[in-house]
Amino acid sequence: MSLEHILSIGAGILLDGLAYGMVLFIVSVGLSVTMGLMGFANLAHGAFAMAGGYVTVSMMSALGVPFELALVCAFVLVGAASVPFERLLYARLYRAGELDQVLLTIGLVFMTIAAFTYAYGPAPQAIRVPRYLSGSVDFGFRTFAAYRLFMVLVGALMMGALWYGFERTSLGARIRAAVDNRRMAQSIGIDVDRLFTLTFALGSGLAALGGGLAVNLTGLTPTFAIQYLVFFLIVVAVGGAGSIKGTVLAALVLGVTDNAGKYLFPAGGAFFIYAATIALLLAKPAGLYGKE
Amino acid sequence: MARSERASGAAAAEFLLKRHTLRPAEALPWLIGIGAYFAFPDYMALGTQILIGVMFALSLDLVLGYAGIVTLGHAAFFGTGAYAAALLAARLGWSEPLSGLAFAGVCAALAGFVSGWVLLRYRGLTLLMLTLATAIMLYELGNARADITGGYDGVTGITIKPLFGRFDYDLYGHTYYLYALAVLFVLFVVARRIVYSPFGQALVGIRENLRRMEAIGSPVHRRLVAIYTIAAAMAGVAGGLYAQSNAFVTLSALGFERSASVLVMLILGGTGRLYGAFLGAAIYMLLEDSLAKLSPEFWEFGVGLVLVLTVLFARGGLLGLLERAARRARGLWR
Repeated sequence: MSLEHILSIGAGILLDGLAYGMVLFIVSVGLSVTMGLMGFANLAHGAFAMAGGYVTVSMMSALGVPFELALVCAFVLVGAASVPFERLLYARLYRAGELDQVLLTIGLVFMTIAAFTYAYGPAPQAIRVPRYLSGSVDFGFRTFAAYRLFMVLVGALMMGALWYGFERTSLGARIRAAVDNRRMAQSIGIDVDRLFTLTFALGSGLAALGGGLAVNLTGLTPTFAIQYLVFFLIVVAVGGAGSIKGTVLAALVLGVTDNAGKYLFPAGGAFFIYAATIALLLAKPAGLYGKE
Repeated sequence: MARSERASGAAAAEFLLKRHTLRPAEALPWLIGIGAYFAFPDYMALGTQILIGVMFALSLDLVLGYAGIVTLGHAAFFGTGAYAAALLAARLGWSEPLSGLAFAGVCAALAGFVSGWVLLRYRGLTLLMLTLATAIMLYELGNARADITGGYDGVTGITIKPLFGRFDYDLYGHTYYLYALAVLFVLFVVARRIVYSPFGQALVGIRENLRRMEAIGSPVHRRLVAIYTIAAAMAGVAGGLYAQSNAFVTLSALGFERSASVLVMLILGGTGRLYGAFLGAAIYMLLEDSLAKLSPEFWEFGVGLVLVLTVLFARGGLLGLLERAARRARGLWR
């Protein structure tokens, strides 16, 4: 094997891995908000993402809504639909242990999967993305699927928007204050309950957006809610509680590791992403950017 | 003031002295177990699977209910035991059943000891993620080494010699039922001794107040690793029995669904009560057998709904509800 050949393979692994990592980031960032910021072990994140996927697909096929608008609808509808869940169920368990939170949200996952299987059937749903996203782009040394590039772009946009929202706006400052010290925030007049409802709706909306965007790459069946759950959880746990920066970094590292592992040792399958996760968590139990 | 304190102290001492004595009601599950053998001879295969489920849930109760270790990867030990027993019989040709079970238990205990030693220094969400990732890593390892595990097709060709060289297995699984019932009884006696020993008391202390246990000099990490290893061995025996009775193991023995379902069984029955595992596993698996075939969606929705309702209104599970009802009835009586 020539050096050039090795370099080209290496670049391919890296670029594919980064694109894959961006996908991981997009579908996980909503969980970084609910689990990371609010400290709730929200295993139902995948259920909201799956619901978002179904909203997107149904909007497009039944109402003929264009892809981009369907994504916005998924974000808004699922975000709004999550509010009663937060008020009636999640809010009771903010101070409970992880076990209660895990059980509640696993219960919700089972119920959502059953409800969507009943409504849509277990068969996979197809999505038709706009033509400009379905081809591939030639970069000279190799070609890339246009949709992957689109995901990288969307990921970068989301990163920027979230960073700006949390770090530079007054709403973001209030959310950070409520997370850091709930009582103090309340005593200076921040309505923490309402803020948490809003934050939760944002996290669920982001989950739905991620779900809608992922359908074209992952396909969509009701089991989506549990199939990719471990990936979301890993990305957020490795990234560190409530850190957008950590989530990005974790998604990219795990994306490249998984891609390299699958490419170099096809038989090893997904083994490497879990080994990397365990190693990272053993070294930094609170995640890359978490507070110890 | 002083008198009432002394009185409550005496009551506490009496409680501590008496709480491990056998109550008549404790014979009930065993009477039902033996009664079912005579009453439902056609359902022995299902009965055996229920007994295995009870065993597995009981091992989780030691870890989760008593020591308060929240794990999402308990199937790792069930699967390790199942594959150990299966590979011993199918690949190495050792087909004596009891030593096969012992081998399954030892292999799972080893896995529990090593992973517990490393992981049990962590708590909360991190521990949750670590147990989950460890179990899935094991699953992927089994998937990657399909040459050993048979991959998705599983290990087949498990032949087991007659029990004690005398009792052969009939088509309807009568022998296996009694075999599983006996193994469960032995494991239960061990578990019961553990939870009422000073060691078991220390575990409850760790569950209730970790910092205080550390402050009074309890070797927290060593104790957690010890119970994790014991529970892993029990889960491994349950897995080994599963492999022997089905003569077949696939990767599903290691999967996340299995970790989740055993958690549901235990929560449904009630944690930290030993008998919660009996009630939860029996009800879950009986309902699954009838409802899951009738309408899988309805079954799955029901499981989810029960979980949500349990968390919100009945944290002690079914046994907790029964205890509450019994206490209220006794209050009315007086």
